[in-house]
Amino acid sequence: MLHFILNRLWQSIILIFIVTIITFFLINLAPGGPSSLMRMDASEEERQALITRMGLDKPVIVRYGEWVKDALQGDLGVSLSSGQPVIQRVAERFPNTLRLASITLIFSVIVGIVLGIIAAIRRNKMSDYVVNFFSVIGLSVPSFWLAIMLILLFSVTLQWLPSSGVASENSALFEQFKYLFMPVIILSTSTLPTIVRFTRSSMLEVITQNYIRTARAKGAREFIVIYWHALRNALIPVVSIIGVLIPRLLGGAVIVESVFGWPGMGRLIVEAAQGRDYNLVMGVTVIVTVIVILSNFVVDMIYSKIDPRVKNVS
Amino acid sequence: METVQGTQIDSLHTHNHKVKKRNVLSRLAKNKIAFISLWFLVFVHIVVFIGPMIWTVDPEAINPTNTLAVWSLENPLGTDDLGRDVLSRMLHGGQITLLVGFASMGFTVLLGGIIGATAGYFGGWIDAVLMRITEAMMAIPNFFLALVALTVLGQSPVMIVVVIGMTSWMEIARVVYGETLKWKSLEFVEASIASGASALRTLVGHVIPQVIPTIIVASTLGIAWAILTESAISYLGLGIQPPTPTWGNMLQNAQQYIWTAPILGILPGAAITIVVLAYNFLGDGLRDALDPKHIK
Repeated sequence: MLHFILNRLWQSIILIFIVTIITFFLINLAPGGPSSLMRMDASEEERQALITRMGLDKPVIVRYGEWVKDALQGDLGVSLSSGQPVIQRVAERFPNTLRLASITLIFSVIVGIVLGIIAAIRRNKMSDYVVNFFSVIGLSVPSFWLAIMLILLFSVTLQWLPSSGVASENSALFEQFKYLFMPVIILSTSTLPTIVRFTRSSMLEVITQNYIRTARAKGAREFIVIYWHALRNALIPVVSIIGVLIPRLLGGAVIVESVFGWPGMGRLIVEAAQGRDYNLVMGVTVIVTVIVILSNFVVDMIYSKIDPRVKNVS
Repeated sequence: METVQGTQIDSLHTHNHKVKKRNVLSRLAKNKIAFISLWFLVFVHIVVFIGPMIWTVDPEAINPTNTLAVWSLENPLGTDDLGRDVLSRMLHGGQITLLVGFASMGFTVLLGGIIGATAGYFGGWIDAVLMRITEAMMAIPNFFLALVALTVLGQSPVMIVVVIGMTSWMEIARVVYGETLKWKSLEFVEASIASGASALRTLVGHVIPQVIPTIIVASTLGIAWAILTESAISYLGLGIQPPTPTWGNMLQNAQQYIWTAPILGILPGAAITIVVLAYNFLGDGLRDALDPKHIK
């Protein structure tokens, strides 16, 4: 077991390094990188100032080395647009994204599993078709457009919900809910259909197994068969897709946060990209990568705990 | 003897293929929603590609005296915030959106197909390296990397196609990998290897044709994915730049005018949704038609 954990941890760390290398070299070698900040009409002093400030006189590999050294000490440089440390700007935004993403994940796991079970036990009946139809729609609607349509309905026409922003921290729970409702619904379109489909097919596979027939044969009630015997095993593979859903959730957060003016890390990367704040772009990408890869590692560990077959294979 | 055996084997499995193809079409025709989607897509493509020849209004012509107009004879779908004709922008934008979708899907399938088939066919360390890379690519926040790449590499259509391809080939690689593994241990493939055919010949001549149905399904779903990704990138302002219209970048300003001219926000999004929906239904239908044993 220890060997397995160490092995996975090692792989995760290497992966984080590879992503930082790709991002760093992409930013620094591309024609639109920091050197493009130098305007044609810039005076010699201005050029020199920018070069020393950004360390552009050193070869890119040396700069990467310095970046890694600083990053390991928690220093991701200074935001070019605001002058604040990158780590501080990310720390301001992180709790908002965490809140949005975790509520969405919990919501889509619970609703997704319930709908998946309904679709599986009522296979090829009306409720199965309805669930399936809506999951295809969920996969097909551009989330930002659905968001605009919800704003049109709930904010413009009905005037029930605020069209953007986030509730202040000490506001009432209902107030918080009003600000969270639309972003969570929209973000869950990137995860909910996958969980529904996966639960359904996993459940269908389990239901045809011999031990389910045995359970029925010995006279167990249908409710017990489904929710005690079948569900326990059907949910094991569902855990494994949560690992795949986390990057998608954060990718979706970029859009959702932009539409609803939600002050999280997704909107931060868009602002950084549009403002060509390269230190900030690099910092946000790296932190999101670390979060995604570490949560994948945790999901892997949980999965190997509940399904011992995984360990033996790898 | 070798060639005789080879041709026999060849003709045997092309025969199988033909029978299969006919079954597939009739099975697809039975799936109403997939069949309707197919004809709907044919219709949309004709409208978008032939339409601009009939409706010849310039999609980029600005008219400051006629902004945010409602529908009229000159502008059947009204005008946008700069007085440009919305119908013309929908048609030209659709062309670009669909072309970028097709090209991205092509690049994705090519990349994923080559990686998956190579890993599956050769096995050993090639398999280990390629599939590790695939898994790694699935475990990183791709959308963030795509945004970074488009920021520094620029937003030309070619770059958008490359970036979408580079960040979405993994699913196809895994499917093709699985299929290649399944087929390569079958007799006709072993016969080809035994009769001295090169690896490339066996792979291209015998294994890939078997994987094509899977690739067709993956491509259909891939177009849907590519159109969605392109529209999201455009909405964030990092896609194809205005004044050139795409369905995605037409929505960029729509949120601003949602209180005054909601139609500007409704139309392009509805177009993306129904086209993507049709491709998804068609892909699902094709999968069921090609693999009737698949649990439904």
